[in-house]
Amino acid sequence: MAKHTLSVLVEDKPGVLARISALFSRRGFNIESLAVGPTEHAEISRMTIVVNVESSPLEQVTKQLNKLVEVIKIVELDASASVTRELVLVKVGATAENRGEVLDVVQLFRAKVIDVASDAITMQIVGNDGKIADFLRVLEPFGIRELVQSGMVAIGRGPRSISERGKPVAVPVPPAAHA
Amino acid sequence: MSEQQASGADSQAEGITGAQSLVRSLEAAGVTDIFGIPGGAILPAYDPLMDSSIRHILVRHEQGAGHAAQGYAAASGRVGVCMATSGPGATNLVTPLADAHMDSLPLVAITGQVGASLIGTDAFQEADIRGITMPITKHSFLVTDPAEIPTKVAEAFHIASTGRPGPVLVDVTKSALQSTTSFRWPTQLNLPGYRPVTRPHAKQIREAARLILESRKPVLYVGGGTIRSGASKELLALAELTGIPVITTLMARGAFPDSHPQHLGMPGMHGTVAAVAALQKSDLIISLGARFDDRVTGNLDSFAPGAKVIHADIDPAEIGKNRFADVPIVGDVREVLVDLVTTLRTEQEAGNTGDYEGWVAFCAGVKQKYPLGYDRPADGGLAPQYVLERLGAISGPDTIYTAGVGQHQMWAAHYVGYERPNTWINSGGLGTMGFSVPAAMGAKVAMPDQTVWSVDGDGCFQMTNQELATCAINNIPIKVAVINNESLGMVRQWQTLFYNSRYSNTDLHTGPDRRIPDFVKLADAYGCVGLACESPDDVDATIRKAMEINDVPVVVDFRVHRDAMVWPMVAAGTSNDDIKYARDLAPQFDEDDL
Repeated sequence: MAKHTLSVLVEDKPGVLARISALFSRRGFNIESLAVGPTEHAEISRMTIVVNVESSPLEQVTKQLNKLVEVIKIVELDASASVTRELVLVKVGATAENRGEVLDVVQLFRAKVIDVASDAITMQIVGNDGKIADFLRVLEPFGIRELVQSGMVAIGRGPRSISERGKPVAVPVPPAAHA
Repeated sequence: MSEQQASGADSQAEGITGAQSLVRSLEAAGVTDIFGIPGGAILPAYDPLMDSSIRHILVRHEQGAGHAAQGYAAASGRVGVCMATSGPGATNLVTPLADAHMDSLPLVAITGQVGASLIGTDAFQEADIRGITMPITKHSFLVTDPAEIPTKVAEAFHIASTGRPGPVLVDVTKSALQSTTSFRWPTQLNLPGYRPVTRPHAKQIREAARLILESRKPVLYVGGGTIRSGASKELLALAELTGIPVITTLMARGAFPDSHPQHLGMPGMHGTVAAVAALQKSDLIISLGARFDDRVTGNLDSFAPGAKVIHADIDPAEIGKNRFADVPIVGDVREVLVDLVTTLRTEQEAGNTGDYEGWVAFCAGVKQKYPLGYDRPADGGLAPQYVLERLGAISGPDTIYTAGVGQHQMWAAHYVGYERPNTWINSGGLGTMGFSVPAAMGAKVAMPDQTVWSVDGDGCFQMTNQELATCAINNIPIKVAVINNESLGMVRQWQTLFYNSRYSNTDLHTGPDRRIPDFVKLADAYGCVGLACESPDDVDATIRKAMEINDVPVVVDFRVHRDAMVWPMVAAGTSNDDIKYARDLAPQFDEDDL
């Protein structure tokens, strides 16, 4: 099994997320990560979906997704030609004695402190999954009290954009009008 | 008709209700018939419907409305329309929507929804029907803004009827129906994510033609997509140009004439020995709008082991789903066939033709050696197969036959004899018992000049026969042949074969000892003519009598031998190579013939 990152452009309409997640569950595909948000076009949202499947079921995933009327485009992002990022907010126990050690870790990983309490410190880190896993491993001994993680977002390298606008379809004349 | 044209051409109106806008939208979409039942949330729409040119047929159960719309669509190729209220009205449409989704029928279901402010409050008769039907519709809409009604209706009809046809649900809130709005029929639809491909790629056609010419044992595996795309003429042209043997799946019966010498019959679990053998032994399967369903392939690993596959389908997701396609062709089957015929004809003129002589002779030999057949009951009782054979012979190939699901369906598929597309209508993918009577009703409404026979089982018939009332009252004179073997026959057959003849819960007591219900009396109670037939000697006369009655529906209770079984059979999960043409009898193929 291999991880695949799909960028899916969808119409920003109610129920689209339900449709897509229902499709994954109905066809027996597992979603590892899913992130949704707006794009440079007001009416289009972009989903980044990470799936863990063989390449032949992956083809089925993309074909079935493509059948959804509100799905405009699907692009599989190749790891070497794209940048991926996740965001983690993590709270660890830190008193006056060991706060310095935690701040060292923050600096080493180019993370950021976003809140400090007398016995805790909350940080944010942005990175790919490898960097985030390393960061959390180093923080582990301090005692992770709370952790929240975003889905992965990804974008292709280079000048090109995956989004483009579709053309409207002409309404066919109903059969009764010919009669 | 002129009124309808006037309203259809009138593409704008101000100061009307959402309900009026909905009815005008349906008129503008070309709708002439709707099957439905009113109720609280959809009630506003039923008022303007009274003044509309659209014929609304009041059914007795929403499931009947859905299957009727399916039968209507399958018989005519037009979009079938059904209407129901919120909550239970809408959930009763779930089975027909799932059925239409499986069998690719163009359907638009209009449902009422509770008022927008009540959504999510568990209001009376509230059900999230859009959410419920997401996996069983091609698309669905929830409309809360009355100004959106015309656009959503136009989109629904466009999506339902183009590409791979399918059901579309339009759920409209009562508040939208009651609000004042303006009506504007759209001239353009903005569906950036919906672009079905109908034109096949020229390179794929050339590649397919090359494989066809190179192969020695090709077979045309024809599926329901051939019917939906109206490609029978083009199929005949390809078959006769090349001489390649043809098999038609359950969904494609009628796409190719049964009387044609190249036709080997139906493949699959209950397929003919010749059709199953042709697939198993072929070196090239040319799949046309078929989807390698498990009921056709049996055990997938041992299915047609030596065959390359050309897979033509309008739905790219079908290609390679179950079986690897050596040459995938995305496109409308009719256009694929036109292009293949043109290419192969050019090749033929240049002297390139396929060499299939030995293969054609082998297939013809198997067909001759293992024809469809059945035993007459020793006690002189009625063989169900005989009833269907005679029904097909007497009523003829212009008749539309519908079927439910089970033994009677398989016998009807085999023994009636189909010569034309859209004359065989059944629930293939979902396998919905109770499909036959309402589907026949819908088919008869769409094609009033054709005789429509509903072939049904005694189990199926009891699931939806309330629509006889609809037929009797609305002058829809269908004919029903109940193949009454007093049991859930197909389940009983499996119990005979795989459960040591322990008949758990399959006896329906519609036989001579109790006859609950008595189908003749039931027909009478519904204002239909009820006939009964128990002896092979009376079959012809009974069918002819039923054929003479055209003012009311007729129900014939054919009381058949209950132990009759469907053969041939490939047991579930086994290889097609293990087909039996009768109990414990396996065909022997002379491999030297190949």
